Amino acid sequence: MLKLPIYLDNNATTPMDPRVFEAMTPYFMEQFGNAASRNHPFGWEAEEAVDYAREQVAKLIGADPKEIIFTSGATEADNLAIKGVFEMYASKGNHIITATTEHKAVLDTCKHLEKNGAEVTYLQVQRDGLIDLKELEAAIKPTTILIAIMYANNEIGTVQPIKEISTIAKKHGVLFFTDGVQAVGKIPVDVIKDGIDLMAFTAHKMYGPKGIGALYVRRKNPRVKVTAQMDGGGHERGMRSGTLNVPGIVGFGKACELARLEMEADTKRISILRDKLETELMKLEEAYINGSTEHRLPHVTNISFKHVEGEGLLMGFNKNIALSSGSACTSASLEPSYVLKALGLGDDLAHSSLRFGLGRFTTEEQIDYTIKAISETVLKLREMSPLWEMYKEGIDLNSIEWAAH
Amino acid sequence: MAYSEKVIDHYQNPKNVGTLDKSSKSVGTGLVGAPECGDVMRLQIQVDDATGMITDAKFKTFGCGSAIASSSLATEWLKGKSIDEALTVDNMDFVEELNLPPVKIHCSVLAEDAIKAAINDYRVKNGKEAIKFEESVVH
Repeated sequence: MLKLPIYLDNNATTPMDPRVFEAMTPYFMEQFGNAASRNHPFGWEAEEAVDYAREQVAKLIGADPKEIIFTSGATEADNLAIKGVFEMYASKGNHIITATTEHKAVLDTCKHLEKNGAEVTYLQVQRDGLIDLKELEAAIKPTTILIAIMYANNEIGTVQPIKEISTIAKKHGVLFFTDGVQAVGKIPVDVIKDGIDLMAFTAHKMYGPKGIGALYVRRKNPRVKVTAQMDGGGHERGMRSGTLNVPGIVGFGKACELARLEMEADTKRISILRDKLETELMKLEEAYINGSTEHRLPHVTNISFKHVEGEGLLMGFNKNIALSSGSACTSASLEPSYVLKALGLGDDLAHSSLRFGLGRFTTEEQIDYTIKAISETVLKLREMSPLWEMYKEGIDLNSIEWAAH
Repeated sequence: MAYSEKVIDHYQNPKNVGTLDKSSKSVGTGLVGAPECGDVMRLQIQVDDATGMITDAKFKTFGCGSAIASSSLATEWLKGKSIDEALTVDNMDFVEELNLPPVKIHCSVLAEDAIKAAINDYRVKNGKEAIKFEESVVH
């Protein structure tokens, strides 16, 4: 039996894997110790659990456990990386390079630093969502200290050319930070092979708990340091004070281990479902895939259904299918997705987009239901859409003088 | 954001979706909004030239659920009203009837604008002057 509602918003967060929950449970009530308590068994147990989890986390990304700094999540890790590098390397320069399609945790951190004397270059992306490597290299100056480019985009799933970016960064002696939130646990990420110096990632996007994330900070070639943004007891090698979230860390470790062991099989299965969903929905007239289809996460697709508004579309099935839209109406700001706009999409197409994020627990039955529900709603709303009628009559919508409000 | 039951009902069972002959002298058409803004409403009224009564109304809307509901409701309200009565419909009437939250007030403004635009289109077609309305405040 198909259970409703169906969850297809796995880029926002993922359900926790029951095996992760199971691993965490002892650390709430029985093994509740503070990992920093050095002189009794409660502390020892907690420390041991954290050490083990740190190894699990490090192994997933090919890092050394000592290079993992636990944080409250990826937003904090993004802040720590960018602000921490800006402060630590202030004598070297003040220039940061990032891109317009980054997550707000990166963009707003950069904007904050601009007020404190940073100079930030925001690279435009190409139509497929990828940055232009030549533009990146041309943007580097003697004062550049950091390149901050995400591994994969949260709205369109576009995977950036990470190895090429890190090669450019190394060539110019600039540190390379990547927000790996959407990629880690979903596709192979290896900090050595990829040449990453700092990387933020989080448990709740890979079937782990919310409230725990990490910053990878390279220790060799080069040894990278960040200035702490949280002062206190000097936890996490002085880079992030605060009592460790032991159950969260244990869950994060387990989630990383499961991702490492099951990624290949998961990806194979999920990408088949994604492709089916995409192929079927693209049979609708005037449907467009947003972002690169070549360099893309295997579980993500973002499609615009022209002449139908995204929120209106969601309303047709959002009791039964959980999805998000780039439509302005789903945000408080009434602005459509800045990521889609950065691709050069007109506002009308940005308003008409749906983001699908499949996951470990997505079934074929759910995908079949989704294809049917969305196709029906698109057709129904197009019957109701004056734009669709004009399009069908061959009227060029750009020729109309809209009373923009 | 949760929608009110009335919005959901209009969305699921929209009233008077369709198209009237816009070249007819007894039909007034109002097309308001813009695709870039995420909402476009087209409201049409069929007027009995002798009595000045609105005998039919149709809409098509590109937009969110609240925009669809507002235009569906507008057609219901307009049918059977005289042009003069129709001019008294205010955007706040939509807000109240549909329980629209503040972020959706622009949908109600759009519906009011669509009514006025349809009436003016009818007037101009029939040799009358367009009524000048004050600029809408929201949007």
